[in-house]
Amino acid sequence: MSRSWPRMVLLVLGAVVFLFPFYYMLVGSLQSEPDTSLAGAFPTGGFTLDNYVDINGRVDLLRSLVNSGIFTVGVILCTVVLGVLAGYALARLHFRGGGTLFAAMLLVQVVPFQLLTIPLYVMIVRSYGLADSYLGMILPFAINSTAVFIFRQFFLQLPEDLFSAARIDGAGELRILWSIALPLVRPALLTAVLVTFIGPWNEFLWPFLITKEADLQPLAVSLANYISSVAGRAANPYGAILAGACVLAAPAVALFVVFQKHFTASDIGSGVKG
Amino acid sequence: MTMTATTTGPASGGSASRGPRRSALTALLGRHPLGIAFAAPYAVFLAAVFAYPLGLAAWISFHDYFFTAPGAAIERPFVGFDNYTAVLSDPDVRRSFLNVLVFLVINVPLTVVLSLLLATALNAAIRGRTFLRVSYYVPYVAASVAVVAVWLFLFSNGGLVNQLLGPLAPDPSWLVNSKAAMPLIALFVTWKQLGFFILLYLAALQGVPKELYESASMDGAGKFQSLRNVTIPGVRPATTLVVILSTITGANLFTEPYLLTNGGGPNGASTSPVFVMYQRGIEQGNPDVASAIGVLLVIGVLVISLVNKRLLERG
Repeated sequence: MSRSWPRMVLLVLGAVVFLFPFYYMLVGSLQSEPDTSLAGAFPTGGFTLDNYVDINGRVDLLRSLVNSGIFTVGVILCTVVLGVLAGYALARLHFRGGGTLFAAMLLVQVVPFQLLTIPLYVMIVRSYGLADSYLGMILPFAINSTAVFIFRQFFLQLPEDLFSAARIDGAGELRILWSIALPLVRPALLTAVLVTFIGPWNEFLWPFLITKEADLQPLAVSLANYISSVAGRAANPYGAILAGACVLAAPAVALFVVFQKHFTASDIGSGVKG
Repeated sequence: MTMTATTTGPASGGSASRGPRRSALTALLGRHPLGIAFAAPYAVFLAAVFAYPLGLAAWISFHDYFFTAPGAAIERPFVGFDNYTAVLSDPDVRRSFLNVLVFLVINVPLTVVLSLLLATALNAAIRGRTFLRVSYYVPYVAASVAVVAVWLFLFSNGGLVNQLLGPLAPDPSWLVNSKAAMPLIALFVTWKQLGFFILLYLAALQGVPKELYESASMDGAGKFQSLRNVTIPGVRPATTLVVILSTITGANLFTEPYLLTNGGGPNGASTSPVFVMYQRGIEQGNPDVASAIGVLLVIGVLVISLVNKRLLERG
């Protein structure tokens, strides 16, 4: 099987197509003059960090990264605490409205979020006055439904005997969840955190709509503002833009490379096969 | 990502009811009333962030609605289908819906074919499998804004792609060419999302029984025949899911027209409904018209999804 050449050629070609833009992003961010020739993609010298200094002068990188971090950590915290509770209830507890909630969880995943931006904008910015605040940024993303689904699937896989035994011993549900179920589904926790992370970290439209103050903008927004404000100019702003792009892409890519074991077909499969 | 999930209800558990009063309460709240407390925050979240805004969008779309300061009480008269007639007769809106159709016609088949092909190839026991799998989903996990930056660079007028194409480069260049802009966005999104769909197909391929392949090859089926007769029928539920999810991605399109083609350019050749929604609703302060676009888009997505589901599951 492993000696099939057409297959290997296809796979390697695929990898090149997927990875080359990232390589090019890094190379472009390290060069003082953009060289768009083919040879320019494989430079042998002339590396510089000037572009990073340059983008840092136009966009406060540290401030933007902190904002992205607060936005992302807020969402992850809400998802892990409230999402685990919901996932546990949906998997192991029998309560009124459980079936409806489960159906709603599935339905929500096919509602295109961007379509809700106008009413959400009316509610959060106009009615509650939460523009330019972390709370307003976090609120629409607070509990990631895919993560709730992953939690539910993992809790569902635990043997029922475990729970009935604990209940006979008089353990309360919160205690069962905390000391028995949660330690057993730790891999699910990591998968759910990974899946949740890319939402707010990469999100552009929502924070773009509700943050007008540069001090509060996540990096995706401040970088996009920089890109669209220099796009018309004739000068060569690519180095700085690519440097910013590297800073924005690196944390997510690094996380998924390091924890790749927790983001595989079987993890996603639990979300598909049900 | 859960269209095909089986709807197993909450698992039963706990001891049997004790006494008549207990069972009355059980009938009302379920065997574990605590579950209501556990699930309440999530239920409230779904109601506040999905159900209510959906209703609000529909309500706004039937009224003459405008932005006011928080707390201001202003009458917003009911206007029937006025906003919808305004939207449907707006050439910019029509253009954006047409653009999404172009997008879907390119993006959906390409996504299905490429992700199934790569997933099948990746499913075999091969060297460097982990490396390949990870490199396929790197674009998926990276921020759109970041990868748009490289594509801007790659596909700019004097960019690497045009350098390689030489005289074959389109004129005007990709991002400012009204015929190439939307197809390029479709390619970009296919490239960006493919890794996720490869994972979906990989998961689905685990569920195709190995014996089917064995008996197919016993019957003398070649690789393409077993792909056609075993793999494709075996992963049909995943295909339905991939088609529906990529349709939704198309309906959600905003960042790419906003940044990659500098605001849906050239001359609106790459606008998307969400982009027009943003222009009308936020920039020009007409949330009523924007909501009507949103409602039409939700209906469109639902119709396309249902038709796809029917066609694919019957096929």
